[in-house]
Amino acid sequence: MKALEKIIHNLDPKFEKGGKWEKMYPLYETLSTFLFTPKHVTKKGAHIRDGVDLKRTMFMVVLALIPCLLFGIYNTGHWHYEIQSYVNPEFEGYRDYLTGFGDKVIYGLMKVLPLVIVSYAAGLAVEFVFGFIKGHGLHEGFLVSGMLIPLTMPADVPLWMVAIATIFAVVIGKEVFGGTGMNILNVALTARAFLYFAYPTAMSGDKVWKSGTDDMLVQADNVMPDGASGATALGDLASFVGDSPVVAGKVMSSSDDLVAAFESAYDPIHAFIGMIPGSVGETSTLAALLGGAILIFTGVASWRIILSFFAGGMLFGLLMNGAGANAYMDVPGYYHLIIGGFAFGAVFMATDPVTAAQTSWGKIWYGLLGGALTVLIRVLNPAYPEGIMLAILFMNVMAPLIDHYVVQTNIKRRQKRFKTA
Amino acid sequence: MSKTVKLRKGLDIKLVGEADKLKVDAPMPASVALKPTDFHGLVPKMVAKEGDKVKIGSVIFYDKYNEAIKFVSPVSGVIEEVVRGAKRKILEVRITPDAREDAVRFEPKDPASLTGEEVKAAMLENGLWPFLKQRPLDIVADPNVEPKAIFVSAFDSHPLAPDYDYIVHGQDQFFQNGLNALEKLTSGKVHLTLNGNVPADATFQNAKNVQINKISGKHPAGNVGTQIHFIDPIDKGQFVFTVNPQDVVAIGKFFAEGQYDPTRIVALTGSEAKNRRYYRTIVGASVAGIVNDNLESENVRVISGNALTGEKIDRNGYLGFYDAQVTVLPEGNQYKFFLTKGWLGLGFDKYSSHMLFPTWLMKNKKYRLDTNMNGEERGFVVTGEMEKVMPLDILPMQLIKAVMTKDIDAMELLGIYEVAPEDFALCEYVCTSKIDIQEKIREGLDLIKEECM
Repeated sequence: MKALEKIIHNLDPKFEKGGKWEKMYPLYETLSTFLFTPKHVTKKGAHIRDGVDLKRTMFMVVLALIPCLLFGIYNTGHWHYEIQSYVNPEFEGYRDYLTGFGDKVIYGLMKVLPLVIVSYAAGLAVEFVFGFIKGHGLHEGFLVSGMLIPLTMPADVPLWMVAIATIFAVVIGKEVFGGTGMNILNVALTARAFLYFAYPTAMSGDKVWKSGTDDMLVQADNVMPDGASGATALGDLASFVGDSPVVAGKVMSSSDDLVAAFESAYDPIHAFIGMIPGSVGETSTLAALLGGAILIFTGVASWRIILSFFAGGMLFGLLMNGAGANAYMDVPGYYHLIIGGFAFGAVFMATDPVTAAQTSWGKIWYGLLGGALTVLIRVLNPAYPEGIMLAILFMNVMAPLIDHYVVQTNIKRRQKRFKTA
Repeated sequence: MSKTVKLRKGLDIKLVGEADKLKVDAPMPASVALKPTDFHGLVPKMVAKEGDKVKIGSVIFYDKYNEAIKFVSPVSGVIEEVVRGAKRKILEVRITPDAREDAVRFEPKDPASLTGEEVKAAMLENGLWPFLKQRPLDIVADPNVEPKAIFVSAFDSHPLAPDYDYIVHGQDQFFQNGLNALEKLTSGKVHLTLNGNVPADATFQNAKNVQINKISGKHPAGNVGTQIHFIDPIDKGQFVFTVNPQDVVAIGKFFAEGQYDPTRIVALTGSEAKNRRYYRTIVGASVAGIVNDNLESENVRVISGNALTGEKIDRNGYLGFYDAQVTVLPEGNQYKFFLTKGWLGLGFDKYSSHMLFPTWLMKNKKYRLDTNMNGEERGFVVTGEMEKVMPLDILPMQLIKAVMTKDIDAMELLGIYEVAPEDFALCEYVCTSKIDIQEKIREGLDLIKEECM
C-alpha cells in the first residue's frame, strides 16, 4: 500500500492550487480520499476524534440495501416469466417460485443493473459538475440515493427517464439547497415523484409492474389473457372502491367476498417475503427488515423512526378496520405493512437523517404520522393506490414543524426550572 | 441539602497512558510563561517590561477592560521576552527564573475573619482572582458581579484525567482555608461535587462550609458545567463562579502563608509518554523538563490539558494556567489506506461511540488514538449521535445550528448561558461530519458577550 500511497500522493502538487491539473482537483480528491483517509489532523478542541465518518456511514446504508437489491433482481425475473407464461406455454412451470431460478436471476440482472448504472452515472455526473463549480470532491450522500432510485422504479421504466429523474432530483432536490446535508426532500423520492407525475404511464397502472407485460400484450392481441394480471396488490385494493373490483386479474362482482378473495390471492407470508409484483426493490418486507436490522444495530438509521412508522401504519390500518365502510377498509390492517413499498420506505426513505425530524421525540411523531398518512392515502384516496412516497415527502416538509414544537417543549421545560426555584 | 445526580448519558474514552500514582519533583523549569491566551478574551496591559526583575507575585499585566484583575509572576527572575503574534497581540510573557525565592509578601489572615470585599481585594491584588472562572461565557470571573454560587468539581472525568483525590491528598487544611475564602465571595453556596463512582479523598469528604454533592456516570460527570446544570442551573443574568481544586489549595495557602503559591502537581499522560507520573512543577512552567526525555516516539503532539479540550503546545511550550495535565499523543498525519486503517477498515484500532466499529465488543480495551480527523468535514447529516453523549437537557444540534446562524434569540433560549466549549467536547468527538464544535460554541459565546452582556 505504501507504493500506491506514494504514487497517488506524488501527484498532490499537480492538483493543488496553481498546479497543472488544478481544475481536476474535485475528481482527484474524491478518488484519493476514497483510497486513503487523508492525513488531516485536528488543530484544537478535541485532539482525538471518533473513527466514524460519512463514508463509512453511507457505505453501511448501501450494504443494508443489498438484500433488497438481490431480492429485486430475482423478483423482476420471476414476474417477467410469470406474465410470459400466459402466452408462452414453455414457461408455465416458471409460475412456481423456484423453477427457472437461474433464468429469472439472469433476466433480473439484465433489467436491474442498467437501472443502477444509469442512476449512478447520471447522479454522479451532476454531483461532479457541482463539485467542480464549488471546488470540492464528492460528498457521500448520493452513494445512497443512487442505489435507492433504481429500487423505487418499475423494472421496465425507460433508462432515459431514470437519467432525467435522477438529474432533476439531484439538482432541484439537493444541490440548489447546498448539497449533501442541506436538502429538504428525500432525493430518491424526489426522483420517483418527478417520474410519477411527469410520466404517469411509465410509473403506474397495471402494465408496468411485471417486466415485459407490453410484449406479452402484443402477442396476446392487447387483451390480458385469462388468469393474467399486471396489477399490484395495492392496485387491486384500489379497485375495491371503484365500480369494478378486481383481484389478481379476476373481475369480481360487488356481492363477492372481496376480502377473502384478496387474502387468498395475496397470501401474507408470500407478501412478506416479497413474492408480489411491484417496483424493483420495494416488494420484500423481509429484505427491507433485514436491511433495517443492520441499520438499527449500527445506529445509522433511527429505530425511533422505523418502529413508529410501522406502528403508525398498523394503528391507522386498525382504525380503518374499525370504520369498515367498504371492502378496502375491511382488509386486515397488517396487510398495509407487507404490501407495496411500506417497509422499504419506512426503513430506507423515512430514516434519511437530513430530511427526517432531528429531535428524538420529533422522530417518533414523524414516524407515527408518516405511517398513518401512508395508509390514509392508500385507503381513502383512490387516485393514488400507493401512499408511501407522498406520505414521506409530505412528512419531510413537516419535519421542521414537528422539530419546532419539540424544541419549544425543551425551551419551556428549561425555563420552568427557574420559575419554581 | 446535598444532591446526588446520576447521569445516563455520556462517554468515557478509554486511552492508553494513565499516570502512575507517584509524585516526583520536576526539575526547576528553565523558563516559565504567563500566557494571556489562557484567559479567553483578555486584552492584557503590560506592567513589567522585558528585562525587569520580578518576584513571585509581582504583577506582570492586568486586564485592560477590568483593571482590578491582575496577573502575577509565578517565579522570581527576569522577564526574558514578550512574545507577540499578529497585530502585536501578546501571546506569552516568558520569565527566566533565578534560584531565589523572592516573593511579594502579604500579611497572613484567616479568611473566615475577613469580609467578602477584603477577600476579593486580596485575591485581585495578588493575582489569585484569575483562578475564578465564571459561567456564563467561561472566562475569568468578573469581580463586579455577584455569583449566586461557586462550584468546585472534586474530580476530572476527561480521558486520562489527573486524579485530584491523589493530588490534593494531605492538603486538607489549605483546601479548607481556600473554601472558607470562596464562601465569602458569594451570598449563595459553595458547591463541592464529588465523584459518585468512587469514594473521595478525606480532603474532600471532610470539607466544611460547603454543600457536598455527588454525581456519578460517565464523562462529562466531572465537568463543572454538568454539575451546575443539575445542581443549581443558571438563568440569563445569573452568574456562577468555578474553581479547580488545586487552585482552591493555592488560594488557601495564600491566605495562610501570605504568599502566592505557584506550585502545581501535573500528571504526564498519554500513550507516547514514558515515566508517566505526577510531577510537582510551577504554573506556566515550560514542559520541556517533563516531556523531552520522556517521549516514546518522535512524531507526537504535546497537549497542555487533556485530549478533548487541551491546547496544543510545543515540546518546549508552556503549561496552561488552568491545566493539571500534559497529554502526549501520536500525531495522526499519515494517510490511511481505506481497507486497513482507513474508513472501511475493521476498525479495531478506533474508539467509536458508533456501532459501526467493533468498540462495543471490547469493553475494557484501552486505545492508542492519534490526532487524525478520521475523515473530512461535511455538512451535518447524521442526527441523534450528539444527544447520546450530552447529559444536559440541552439540544446540542439545535444550539450549534443557532450559533452557526448567529441567531442570538435561539441561542439564549436553547441554553447558551449554561455551557462552555468543554461541555461540547464529546459532541465534537462523536461528530460524523467532523465539525469543530467547541470552536463554534466559543464563537457563540463571544457573540453573546458582545451583544448581551
